[in-house]
Amino acid sequence: MAPKRNNAAAGTTTETTTPSTTTTTIPAASTPAKIPSKSSANANLSPQEVAHSIWKNYLDNTPQRTKLIDVFMAFLVVVGGLQFLYCVLVGNYPFNAFLSGFSATVGQFVLTASLRIQTNAENKAEFDSVSPERAFADYVFGSLILHFFCVNFIN
Amino acid sequence: MVAKTQEPFFQGSTGKNTRGVLRIVILCLIAAAAIASRLFSVILDPWFNFRATKYLVSHGFYDFWDWFDDRTWHPLGRVTGGTLYPGLMVTSGVIYHALRALTIPVDIRNICVLLAPGFSGLTAFATYLFTNEMSTSPSAGLLAAIFMGIAPGYISRSVAGSYDNEAIAIFLLVFTFYLWIKAVKLGSAFWGALCALFYGYMVSAWGGYVFITNLIPLHVFVLVCMGRFSPRIYVSYCTWYALGTLASMQIPFVGFLPIRSSEHMSALGVFGLLQLVGFVEFVRAGVPSKQFATLLRGFVLAVFVISFGGLVLLTVSGVIAPWTGRFYSLWDTGYAKIHIPIIASVSEHQPTAWPAYFFDLNLLIWLFPAGVYLCFLNLADEQVFVVVYAILASYFSGVMVRLMLTLTPIVCVAAALALSNILNTYLTIESPEAPAPGATTDAANGTPAVSKKAAKQEGLRSMRQPLVGIYASFSKLSVVGAMTTYLLIFVLHCTWVTSNAYSSPSVVLASRLPDGSQHIIDDYREAYQWLRQNTKEDAKIMSWWDYGYQIGGMADRPTLVDNNTWNNTHIATVGKAMSSREEVSYPIMRQHEVDYVLVVFGGLLGYSGDDINKFLWMVRIAEGIWPDEVRERDFFTDRGEYRVDEGATQTMKDSLMYKMSYYNYNSLFPPGQATDRVRGVKMPDNGPVLNTVEEAFTSENWIIRIYKVKDLDNVGRDHASAASFDRGNKKKKTTKRRGPKVLRVE
Repeated sequence: MAPKRNNAAAGTTTETTTPSTTTTTIPAASTPAKIPSKSSANANLSPQEVAHSIWKNYLDNTPQRTKLIDVFMAFLVVVGGLQFLYCVLVGNYPFNAFLSGFSATVGQFVLTASLRIQTNAENKAEFDSVSPERAFADYVFGSLILHFFCVNFIN
Repeated sequence: MVAKTQEPFFQGSTGKNTRGVLRIVILCLIAAAAIASRLFSVILDPWFNFRATKYLVSHGFYDFWDWFDDRTWHPLGRVTGGTLYPGLMVTSGVIYHALRALTIPVDIRNICVLLAPGFSGLTAFATYLFTNEMSTSPSAGLLAAIFMGIAPGYISRSVAGSYDNEAIAIFLLVFTFYLWIKAVKLGSAFWGALCALFYGYMVSAWGGYVFITNLIPLHVFVLVCMGRFSPRIYVSYCTWYALGTLASMQIPFVGFLPIRSSEHMSALGVFGLLQLVGFVEFVRAGVPSKQFATLLRGFVLAVFVISFGGLVLLTVSGVIAPWTGRFYSLWDTGYAKIHIPIIASVSEHQPTAWPAYFFDLNLLIWLFPAGVYLCFLNLADEQVFVVVYAILASYFSGVMVRLMLTLTPIVCVAAALALSNILNTYLTIESPEAPAPGATTDAANGTPAVSKKAAKQEGLRSMRQPLVGIYASFSKLSVVGAMTTYLLIFVLHCTWVTSNAYSSPSVVLASRLPDGSQHIIDDYREAYQWLRQNTKEDAKIMSWWDYGYQIGGMADRPTLVDNNTWNNTHIATVGKAMSSREEVSYPIMRQHEVDYVLVVFGGLLGYSGDDINKFLWMVRIAEGIWPDEVRERDFFTDRGEYRVDEGATQTMKDSLMYKMSYYNYNSLFPPGQATDRVRGVKMPDNGPVLNTVEEAFTSENWIIRIYKVKDLDNVGRDHASAASFDRGNKKKKTTKRRGPKVLRVE
């Protein structure tokens, strides 16, 4: 759990730079919701129904721990979207600061997604050499490296 | 399969231990052979890296990181910390301090000299690991290791004393690929992160890291296109990309390039594609409808096309930097020759000739396609990597001689795969019993002696031949004997090539006297030593850029241009000074505070790499900047010949380079017999006259000639009239006629 809290702390530090744009939360909140809506828009056969069934399916079949991971990933998407929006609005003058903040969220998102995939029971066959505990240790290792690089790069 | 193929020797657990010991012994021997074959000549060559390492060791890491070097590129200087790949220097600095901590004080120069052989041993080991991931055969890894250890294609860049970036880069390249394959196979974030770390190290060591950044995404892209997307690939690639990109951005020389330049866009694009594909796979798992699934696939394709179009748009509009010239010339092979002569002027940037392949890789080059073909037969994720790597690297090595270096590892691996397959087939002594007709398929999997032919004929299984293959011990012996002979010849070839072609230092020239004894020509060091001892500490030396690092390293004097060709205009300035008349080049030299001019002249000895032969490149590079002052056409005769003798054009004879090279040269010979041994022509009887510079030093064999730039005349005359006055050319009859005078201003 340590790296998560770590990252949540990193998220709040980045948020301290953004309070000037608190009004922008509405478009940022639409970013995580955008992806499913788009994919369901493609389906011609009652898209609402399909989306609803996917959501239902997700709520029913996902274990508690995986849901926790998903919440964290959604949080990362929000933080990343906010940073990006701030960058678009204000400009990217300390470009390295923007890059390290943004890539911290992207990297953490990707690492968390990897953890989610590895610990998913359906993927047992793919990862026969990676136990969930091992996957978590890998996750901690990757996150530590990621944060070292980000802190080094933000100057 | 593994256990079966190695059955013949050492069965059981004791056998396993013995095999382990044997393996270690063989690997140690390979490392020793790799190191030993690089010690034919020991002389330090790349002087800048050495100078930078010395600076690092004596001033510490932080000073090295922001080191402003004011002794190169004279008026400009060079921000060294931000314009070099620090991996090599830091590695040797770390080794130096580690050895000192172990109370083995070794001079930093010795570490620099022996770094490349040491790392070549590690490269052999990394190749062993990499090949073991590819093949189940126990011998393939060892074969690949020995190939990599002694293949001349790699030795050429890693002999003792070639303290160049490639010395450690190839090890890092192979090891990064090994970690990548491991990550793909296991789907482990840990190996992906390790791969990213070594990738970061590679970025800090060599500009060729771009090859990795494009190869790994290409591998993933090919896998996705083949429909082999799996969560393992997502985990390994995303971990690698997220961490590796951040790691590469830590190097000041690379900076924001991974975001902004076109060479890195493929990695970013594949990263985005994987997110998309991963998400769609995730959604599809929860969706029952088949129709919907195909729609999703169309969605992926559409987004891919749209984002690719966006990328192209961004590149055209200039947000993302287009290909750099050096990289672009790999695709458009005629580009460099037309637009950037400085890239085309380097001999390593020429296309490769056929014999070079055989010369550098002997028997490996014809086993190489066979190995790639074997990878096709047994296509898993990692074999796709071999195929992709082989195709890409073969193309690049064909375009540029220098990139033979990146081809060598995969050639060794593929050849080892092919050879180990042959040996596995023919080295098993016992023949299988004729199996019962019903059990043919089992036998085909289980028997060690399944030949390639049998494997190929699997489509014709309906024939159900009870026994396919070669079982006569005579045929086995003959094939194995032939292969062994080839291998022995390979070793002989490698040793011969290494000792004869790749172990000649460029600073000390060796030649043979008529009686066969060796004669050493040491003019370079003689001249640099003269500069070091007989000139002021800050005397600026102007020479062509090839010698910039050597002058900086050995003579320890500031130079105008050097081998790091970052400022083309400055090099063109030197080219213009060398190729213009004295009256034109003297102001240029004054403006740049040049004290000495150094030229290399091989006419007396027949040393062909001299400045007169490079002269046309100086003209071309200068012409690129000042097309109306320097014209290449003027240096050719009416019939288009490049001549230095009596028939040379007036522009040629007036150029500073020509005058400095042939100054006083005819005085060496009896009248009428002055010849230039490189060009093989007879020189005119009266040589050129120099007014603005004077000869300061000429080495024993006239290879290096150093001229001192004269000061302004005391009385204010121009140099030509002052020199002609000194020679006593004054006119006897003093004409009283007044010339056209101009009004004195001021």
